[in-house]
Amino acid sequence: MTETAADNKPKLKSDQMFINLGPQHPSTHGVLRIGLTIEGEIIVNAVPDVGYLHRGTEKLAEIRGYHHCVVLSDRWDYLNAMGNNMVFCMAAEKLMGVEVPERAQQLRVLMLELNRIASHLLFFGTYGIDIGAFTAFLHAFREREMVLDLFEMVCGARMTYNYIRLGGVMKELPKEWLDRCREFVPFFKKRLAEYDDLLSFNPIFLDRTKTVGAVGGKEALAWGWSGPNLRASGVPYDMRKFQPYSSYEKFDFEIPVGKDGSCWDRYYCRVREMHESLKIVEQVLGGLPEGPILGKGVAKVPKAPPGETYAAIEGARGDLGIHLVSDGNMSPYRLHVKAPSFINLQILQEMLVGQKISDVVAILGSIDIVLGEVDR
Amino acid sequence: MTDKPSESDKPDEAKKEEAPAAKPAPAKPPAKPPVKELPKPVFNEHPTHPAYQGRASRLLHANRMAPNRVWEDKWRLPRYRNGAIMLAGILGGLTVGAVLIDRFGMTVWMKLWNTLFAVLGRVAAAAGASADSVAAAKAFAETSPWIWSPLKVILVLHVILVAPIFLVWWERKISAHMQSRFGPMYVGWFHGVLQTVADGIKLLLKENIQPASADSWVHRLAPAVVCFPAILAFAPVSFGGDLIAADIDVSVVYIFAMAGISVVGIMMAGWGSGNKYSLLGGLRSAAQLVSYELPRGFAIMPVIMFAGSLSLVRIADAQSGTWFGFVPRWFIFYPVVGQLSFLIFLIASVAETNRTPFDIPEAESELVAGFHTEYSGMRFSLFFLAEYAYMLLACLLMSAFFFGGGNPPLPGLDFVPGWYWFLGKTMALVFLFMWFRWTFPRLRVDRVMDLCWKFLLPWSFANIAFAGLYLLF
Repeated sequence: MTETAADNKPKLKSDQMFINLGPQHPSTHGVLRIGLTIEGEIIVNAVPDVGYLHRGTEKLAEIRGYHHCVVLSDRWDYLNAMGNNMVFCMAAEKLMGVEVPERAQQLRVLMLELNRIASHLLFFGTYGIDIGAFTAFLHAFREREMVLDLFEMVCGARMTYNYIRLGGVMKELPKEWLDRCREFVPFFKKRLAEYDDLLSFNPIFLDRTKTVGAVGGKEALAWGWSGPNLRASGVPYDMRKFQPYSSYEKFDFEIPVGKDGSCWDRYYCRVREMHESLKIVEQVLGGLPEGPILGKGVAKVPKAPPGETYAAIEGARGDLGIHLVSDGNMSPYRLHVKAPSFINLQILQEMLVGQKISDVVAILGSIDIVLGEVDR
Repeated sequence: MTDKPSESDKPDEAKKEEAPAAKPAPAKPPAKPPVKELPKPVFNEHPTHPAYQGRASRLLHANRMAPNRVWEDKWRLPRYRNGAIMLAGILGGLTVGAVLIDRFGMTVWMKLWNTLFAVLGRVAAAAGASADSVAAAKAFAETSPWIWSPLKVILVLHVILVAPIFLVWWERKISAHMQSRFGPMYVGWFHGVLQTVADGIKLLLKENIQPASADSWVHRLAPAVVCFPAILAFAPVSFGGDLIAADIDVSVVYIFAMAGISVVGIMMAGWGSGNKYSLLGGLRSAAQLVSYELPRGFAIMPVIMFAGSLSLVRIADAQSGTWFGFVPRWFIFYPVVGQLSFLIFLIASVAETNRTPFDIPEAESELVAGFHTEYSGMRFSLFFLAEYAYMLLACLLMSAFFFGGGNPPLPGLDFVPGWYWFLGKTMALVFLFMWFRWTFPRLRVDRVMDLCWKFLLPWSFANIAFAGLYLLF
């Protein structure tokens, strides 16, 4: 770390004020701390300070077995736990040379997309709160609850699923699960239309978000952005299309792309992604193949042959990657997570300068970070 | 690790040899220990309320794998029909009650009053005093301002102090139903009506925490400075008939003057808390309230011009009667001018009461809680009370200025008392305020100022000019 927020304090001029936004603040979405130097309502300097939620999961992985690492992965980005399971399993399967059966692949896609919906719903709700509209939050949570119920039925957990396992998935779908899911899809479609009425095209909301936080495509790429944030800046980069995994190439969906990369574009990209995810869910439900759900050749205590690999998926927050190094033992030699939240967060120090305090919340919310993934 | 297996093999082999030998040996199985009865699972259900029947706790593992019952309950859309029937019932009941009170309540009251003095007369006669003195006392009580005025003040004071209790409950219910929740359901006999009373008692019992960096006296004084004018401002508001604390000729000016004092209290709270968020909230609040006083004041100039009076009672009286026999002569129905001034007054009132599209002084997601971040217990609830009192005041003013006060909306409805119409219109406007709060996002600070100075103020000037043209021709 080059410079902490505290270092700035003595340098203040008489007409400037230093404010700690966080770590305990209603809208930092966790324990992020931003040291803000303000002049009236205008921000002169902003220094994001991370590390309050560091649990050392990457280091812990070095003494855990491969099956146990899946459990650890649930805790990075707890809103997109399926994606984390998926990316770790993908990396480990690559090293071990395990084939995932067709049904398991599609079940994974189903869960990933449902989880993307749940994650974007939480973003939708909390972003509403950031801008000051409280009702959207509870409406989003009502629908998110349904997705969580689906997850609960299939794996017993509502947050840390551990459903995607090495070689496939944990369990076959329960008897009524498909019916429930088929009920959910049209119900949620109606709700998505309501969201646009409630929040997306509200003039105050547009006024708050369309005018601030514009990031051009080049700038976004230069800062290493990925996911909906990058797509909102006009770069149609999506791992699901660019480098299809787990039979994503079989499904037909579009990549929502924004125009000028404003906060509203980032917001609306996510809303449109929920539509696309629903499309994929529908397609999976339409033609789910029969067959086994666990691939052969995964030992109870699996050992990967020595070597290293990189696997990446399109997580809910962006390009989520794993660099996995094995020395042939029963636990990884080194595990590194390329966490999109952490990378997306860094631009804050440049974006916030010159904005108002209200815009800090709008911009921070629109980047949609999860502190569990930032600090890991 | 590598050494262990060779050592541990031996006991394993020994076990394997013993095991087949041991199997046929036991002749009769050992007596089973008595099975301990497990306690029956207690489901987390509300004992009486039908909405919670059959809704077992989601936390129980048994339900986790088979969430069918919960699921069906949750997926059912809210039944608006029942709510509409209930609302119609409540409104009808209130109307009937109001008519009955108006018809028979006053006669009952007069009978009680006469009985009281008859008893007093007998007591006086028994004590040897003349009957005249009692009659004189009765006449004095009925005519003198020394008896009736304090009574009125106490009554009006209780309206202000009790109304927020109801309004907070109402706001919580409205917000809950807008967000597909129930809201408070437990305290009280009907849908949690006493929730706010319970919360009030809790707040009264809580500790008043003062930060070390606070300016002690300013911090302590601020809630009173905010709350006191909020109560005083109600003095010239008529709650029907003679029930008015002080019928001042310049009541409009008085109300605005009183409401303006609260800004000082909010500034004091912002400064005295010794917290940067509070300070920012206080500054924002000062800027906003001072700015919005102007369009708010100018918006009612046409009304004052039409009514020719600054007294609320006379402004309301000026709106009696109808056009064409069915359109009430309310100021909101004056073409263009009426609607424009109502809109400006409405927007400015929402801003003055610090409610949601304009709640930048206490913007939760930005300034934590703004100027009342560092307040707890009763001091916090005084801010709360002032906010709701001001909201009620704004709605009372709007119904008096634009909706004809106590005049009925249709000519045939004269039999329902005026205070019922007045409070009914006020409550409808309060609902509008709450609707705003639970659907709109928050404006940004500079936009709030832009809206005031660049939009509302010029239009309110233009509106006064329109009204002048109206009166000319």
